[in-house]
Amino acid sequence: CSFQKKRRYCSLNDRLLIKGGRIVNDDQSFHADIYMEDGLIKQIGDNLIVPGGVKTIEANGKMVIPGGIDIHTHFQMPYRGTTTVDDFAQGSKAALAGGTTMIVDHVIPEPGTSLMEAYDQWRQWADEKACCDYSLHVDITHWNDSVKQEVDSLIKDKGVNSFQVYMAYKDYYQLSNSQLYEIFTFLAEKGGIVQVHAENGEIIAEEQARMLQMGITGPEGHVLSRPEELEAEAVFRAVTIASQTNCPLYVTRVMSKSAADIISQARKKGNVVFGEPITASLGTDGTHYWSKNWAKAAAFVTSPPLSPDPTTPDYLNTLLASGDLSVTGSAHCTFSVAQKAIGKDDFTQIPEGVNGVEERMALIWDKAVTTGKMDENMFVAITSTNAAKILNLYPRKGRIAVGSDADLIIWDTDSVRTITAKTHNSAAEYNIFEGMELRGAPLVVICQGKIVLEDGKLQVTSGAGRFIPCSPFPDFAYKRVKARKQLAVLRAVPRGMYDGPVSEFSMSRGGTPSASARTSPTKQPVRNLHQSGFSLTGNRAACGESSLLINRAFSKSCDGCASVTEAFYCTLILPWSGQKAVMEYLS
Amino acid sequence: VSFNAAVSCSSLQDERLLIRGGRVVNDDRSFFGDVYIEDGLIKQVGENLVVPGGVKVIEANGRMVIPGGIDVNTCLMKTYLGTQPVDDFLQGTKAALAGGTTMIIDHVTPEPGESLLEAFERWQEAADKRACCDYSLHVDIPLWNQTVKDELEVLVQDKGINSFQVYMAYKDVYQMTDSQLYEAFSFLKQLGAVVLVHAENGDLIFEEQRKILGMGITGPEGHPLSRPEEVEAEAVFRAITLGNRVNCPVYITKVMSKSAADTIAQARRKGSVVFGEPITAGLATDGSHYWSKNWAKAAAYVTSPPLSPDPTTPEHLHTLLASGDLQVVGSSHCAYSTSQKAIGKDDFTLIPEGTNGVEERMGFVWDKAVAMGKMDENQFVAVTSTNAAKIFNLYPRKGRIAVDSDADIVIWDPDIVKTITAKQQQSAAEYNIFEGLECRGGPALVLSQGRVVYEGGKLQIQQGTGRFIPRKPFPDYAFQRIKFRNQVCGQGVTRGVYDGPVHDVTPTPKYITPSPSAKTSPTSHQPPPVRNLHLSNFSLSGAQIDDNIPRRSGHRIVAPPGGRSNITSLG
Repeated sequence: CSFQKKRRYCSLNDRLLIKGGRIVNDDQSFHADIYMEDGLIKQIGDNLIVPGGVKTIEANGKMVIPGGIDIHTHFQMPYRGTTTVDDFAQGSKAALAGGTTMIVDHVIPEPGTSLMEAYDQWRQWADEKACCDYSLHVDITHWNDSVKQEVDSLIKDKGVNSFQVYMAYKDYYQLSNSQLYEIFTFLAEKGGIVQVHAENGEIIAEEQARMLQMGITGPEGHVLSRPEELEAEAVFRAVTIASQTNCPLYVTRVMSKSAADIISQARKKGNVVFGEPITASLGTDGTHYWSKNWAKAAAFVTSPPLSPDPTTPDYLNTLLASGDLSVTGSAHCTFSVAQKAIGKDDFTQIPEGVNGVEERMALIWDKAVTTGKMDENMFVAITSTNAAKILNLYPRKGRIAVGSDADLIIWDTDSVRTITAKTHNSAAEYNIFEGMELRGAPLVVICQGKIVLEDGKLQVTSGAGRFIPCSPFPDFAYKRVKARKQLAVLRAVPRGMYDGPVSEFSMSRGGTPSASARTSPTKQPVRNLHQSGFSLTGNRAACGESSLLINRAFSKSCDGCASVTEAFYCTLILPWSGQKAVMEYLS
Repeated sequence: VSFNAAVSCSSLQDERLLIRGGRVVNDDRSFFGDVYIEDGLIKQVGENLVVPGGVKVIEANGRMVIPGGIDVNTCLMKTYLGTQPVDDFLQGTKAALAGGTTMIIDHVTPEPGESLLEAFERWQEAADKRACCDYSLHVDIPLWNQTVKDELEVLVQDKGINSFQVYMAYKDVYQMTDSQLYEAFSFLKQLGAVVLVHAENGDLIFEEQRKILGMGITGPEGHPLSRPEEVEAEAVFRAITLGNRVNCPVYITKVMSKSAADTIAQARRKGSVVFGEPITAGLATDGSHYWSKNWAKAAAYVTSPPLSPDPTTPEHLHTLLASGDLQVVGSSHCAYSTSQKAIGKDDFTLIPEGTNGVEERMGFVWDKAVAMGKMDENQFVAVTSTNAAKIFNLYPRKGRIAVDSDADIVIWDPDIVKTITAKQQQSAAEYNIFEGLECRGGPALVLSQGRVVYEGGKLQIQQGTGRFIPRKPFPDYAFQRIKFRNQVCGQGVTRGVYDGPVHDVTPTPKYITPSPSAKTSPTSHQPPPVRNLHLSNFSLSGAQIDDNIPRRSGHRIVAPPGGRSNITSLG
C-alpha cells in the first residue's frame, strides 16, 4: 500500500530527460538520452520523442550510472536504551548526498524476541523517515522452531531474502556450528541468502579477558583482541558449512587481507560465496586505534576491526576490481562520542560502528577507478548492480534500462572534495575519513525519478522511501546451487549383507556416537571372509552433493585371496576440488 | 625400574658390534664410516676405528646405515566398545621392527571419565611387559577440567610425557569447544608440552552423519561422505588460528587430505609454528576403496580423518614431505579384526576406526618419495626419524647416528622389492590395506638397543625389552621460537582518562561482547552538564600502577603532563 501511495506522489511531479550523457552499466557504456516518467525509465536512445514541458538535464557527456545500493546499513539502531545518531532520515539523506539511492538495513531482534515484531518495528521506522528506497536484512540472533517459522514467513510474505547470522558475540548473538548448519540447510531450501558476521567469538572472549587482565582497556584492546586471523578462521568455517549444505554464502564486512584471501580461494574452488568489504576497510586502516586521542581511536571501533596493516585498503580494492569480492556496503552505524564513551574504561563496552554511507561511492572511485585498478563498468557492478542481483531486485535496481526504476546519478569524475565532519550529512561528530581528499562525486542524483541533488543542493523528502520487497532464489546466487542440488542424490553401494563374525562389544563405553546407533544382531561362529563380498549386476547411479559422479567398473585382485579376481563397481564421490584430477586418473 | 631392568638385560648379553663399510646417513649429511656399538649405545663413528678384539662385525657393504625409524603415532591399546585392537604392544612392535622402526610413541586414550594418570599407568605396564622396542607415550585429553589440569602437570613433571592430544571431532565424547581448546593450549604451552590435534569439525560431521544415515547409506562409503576433506581443512585452520593466538606449537596428527596439508603449508609460510603428520595410509593409498563391494575390505580402510577419495592425494603429501611443509610420518597403526570392524556392519558410524601401517611406513616413504626422486635420503631420515625425535625432545638420543646416541640403527637396502600381503605381515589383522602393492626399499638389518633384532627377513626379538623413554618438556625444535615471541607482546596506549560526556546506559548489556571480566562503566550515573570535547584528552607518561582500576569521570587532573590536545583534530 505504501508503494501505491508513493507512486502517485511521484507521478505528480516528474518527467525528466537527461540529454547527452554516457550511460554506464555494469556490462557496457554508451551514449544515449534517458527519459523518465512516474519514477521509471521509459525510454533510452537518441532523439527520443518526449512530451513537451519536460525538465531537461544536460549531462554534457558525463557518466550517467545507476544509483548506488548500500547493502549494509544500521540506521536508527537501538543500542542499550539509546539509538545510533543517524536515523533513517539522516542516514538516507547522507546516502543520497553520496550517490546512493537505495539502502538495505539490518533488522536486529534481541535474542529471544520475535523476528517478525522486530521486522515490523524497523518497517515502521523506515517508512516514516527514509528518503530513499530501502530493503531489509533480518538478523537471526537465536535459533529454534518458532524462529524457523518466522524466517519462513518473512521470506514468503514479507519480502526478505537475506538473513544474517553471527559467529561472534559469545553468549549473546553467537550461534554454534550445529545451529549454523541447520540455518544454512533451512535457508538453502527456502532460497534465502545467508549472511555471516565472521569472527571466532570464543577466541575473542578469551583474548578480551586476557587484554583486560594485562591492563589494556583502551580502543587498541579492541583490535588486539580481534586479530585478523580470527576473522579469516571464521570465514573459512562459514565457507565449509555453506559448502556442506550447498547454500550460497555472503560474508558481511570483509575487513582484512586474510579474510579476503579465504573468500577468493573458496571462489576458485567453486564455492558460491560473496564478500562485502565496507567503506571503512576500503578507505582507512586500524593504525588509528593507537591514537592518543581516545575519542578518535574509539570512533574507529567496529567489528571485525579495521586491520592495522596499512596495505589492506589497497588490497581489498584490488580484489573488488578482480571480482573476487562482489559488493560494497558501508556498515554505517554511527554513535556520538558520548555514546562511544560508555566504554571509556573498558574497550569491550565501546559501541561498535563507523560511518561510511555518504563516502562509499566517491571513496571507491578515488581508490580504485582513478588509480587504474578498476574500470567504470566494474565500478557500477560493485557499487550497485551486484547488490541488486544478490537481492533479486535486478534489473529493477542496479541498471539503467527501460522499465527500471529511475534511480540514477550523473557522476562527476573531476570533482575533488575533502571529507570532514563539519560538512558531512551524518549527525556524528567524527568522520573516520576526516581530511581525506576524494576525487569523484555525484553531480546530480535522481531518486524515484525526482532530482534530489542538483547544483550542490540536497532536497530530500523524509518518508518518500519505499520498502522494496526481495524475492527468494536470486539467480545470481542460486543458479549454480540449483544445478548442484540436482546432482545431490547420494546412493549407498549395493553390497550383500556382511555375514561374517561380529565381535562382542558393549555400547556403554566410548566410541563414535551416532544418533541412530543400532546394535548388531548377527553373530556367527565361522569366519567366511571370502564370501563376504559379492557383486550385483548393474550399478546404480550415484552422485555426490556438489560433486560429480564418476562411475566406473574396474577389476582388482581381491584381498585375502590373491588368485581370485573380483570385479566390483567403484563409485567415487569427490569434493568439488578433486574431480578433475580423478577424471584424468580414470581416463 | 623398567629402565634399569632393560639396561641390565642388554648388558648381560654384552653386545659389542661394529658395522663396517656402511654409508652413514643422517638428516644433515651422508658419509662413509664405521659405527661401533657397545652396551646399546653408539661409542664411535668414523673410519679406522680402534675397537676391542672379538667384536662381532656386520659388513654393510656400502649400504645405507640410518637411524632407526620413529613411529610417532600408534594406537596399540585403544579400546573400542570394550574390544582391544588385535595388535597389542608385542605384535605391534614386532611389526614396527620388521619395517625398520625402532621406536614407537603410542597414544594413551583414556575413556571419558577415566583418570589420565591411571590410564597412563595401565599403558605403561602393558608396554613394559610386551613391547620389544623402545617406546614413549602421548596422552589424549578426553575432557577438560581442573582434575585433568592437575594430572597433566604430574604427567609432564614426573612421568616424562611432553605431548598431549586434543580432539576437535567426536561430538559429545572427546570434542572440545574453542574456548576449552584455547584454555588447553594455554595450559599446555605453559607446561612446555606439544599439543597434538585431531583436526576435524565434529559438529559438522555429526550433522552429516545423521543426514547420510537418514538417506539410507549405512555402509563404509558413508564414512568419507560424512567426513569430507574440507571439514578436516576447516579444523586444521582453526587449530592453527588457536595456536597463533596462544602462541603455542601445534602438531596436526593424521594429515589425510590435500586441503589440510595445504592449509598447514600456508600457515608455515606465514610463520606459524605448526607441524603436520601424514600417515602411512594417506601416503600410500586412497579412499576409493570405501566404495568396494566387499564390505570387509571397505571397512578395513575406515579411519578418521578418512582417506581422501582423490587419488592424487598420496603424491601431493609426499611432495610436501619432501619440501619440508610436512615434517613427520606416523602410521596411526590401529588394527582391528574384520569381526571387530563388523560391529558397524549396519551403521558406518559404529565401525571401529583404524588402519595398519607401522610395518609398511618406512618402505612406502622410500618407494613413493625417494625412489621417485622427490626426496633425498637425508630428508628421508628426517621425516621418518629425526624430526620426530626433535619435536618430542628425544634428539639426539634418538633420530641420529652419533656418538652417545642409542644404538637404534637400520641398514637400509634400497633394492629390496616386496609385495605387501596380509599373509606375510607381522600384524595380526586379516586385512592389509596395502594388499598387493609393490614396495621398493626395506631394512636389511635392524638394531634395537644395540642388538640385532631383524636380519634377512627374520625377527629375533624378546618380549618386554622395550624401555619407556621419558621426554622432557620444552623441546627446542618447537619452543625456541615460541619463547622469543613471548617476549614480544602488545602494549596498551598510555593516554589520559576520557573525561567528556558519557551516555547513560541501561544496565542490561546489549550488543556487546560479554567478557568474563567485563567492567561496567562506573560513570553511568553522572550526566555531565556540558559537552567539553576539546578538553577531553591528555596523556600521562608511562603506564600507571592503577591503570586497571576504573576511575571516576569526575577525576580532576590539574596539569596534564603531556599538555592538552584537541580531540576534534584528526592528526
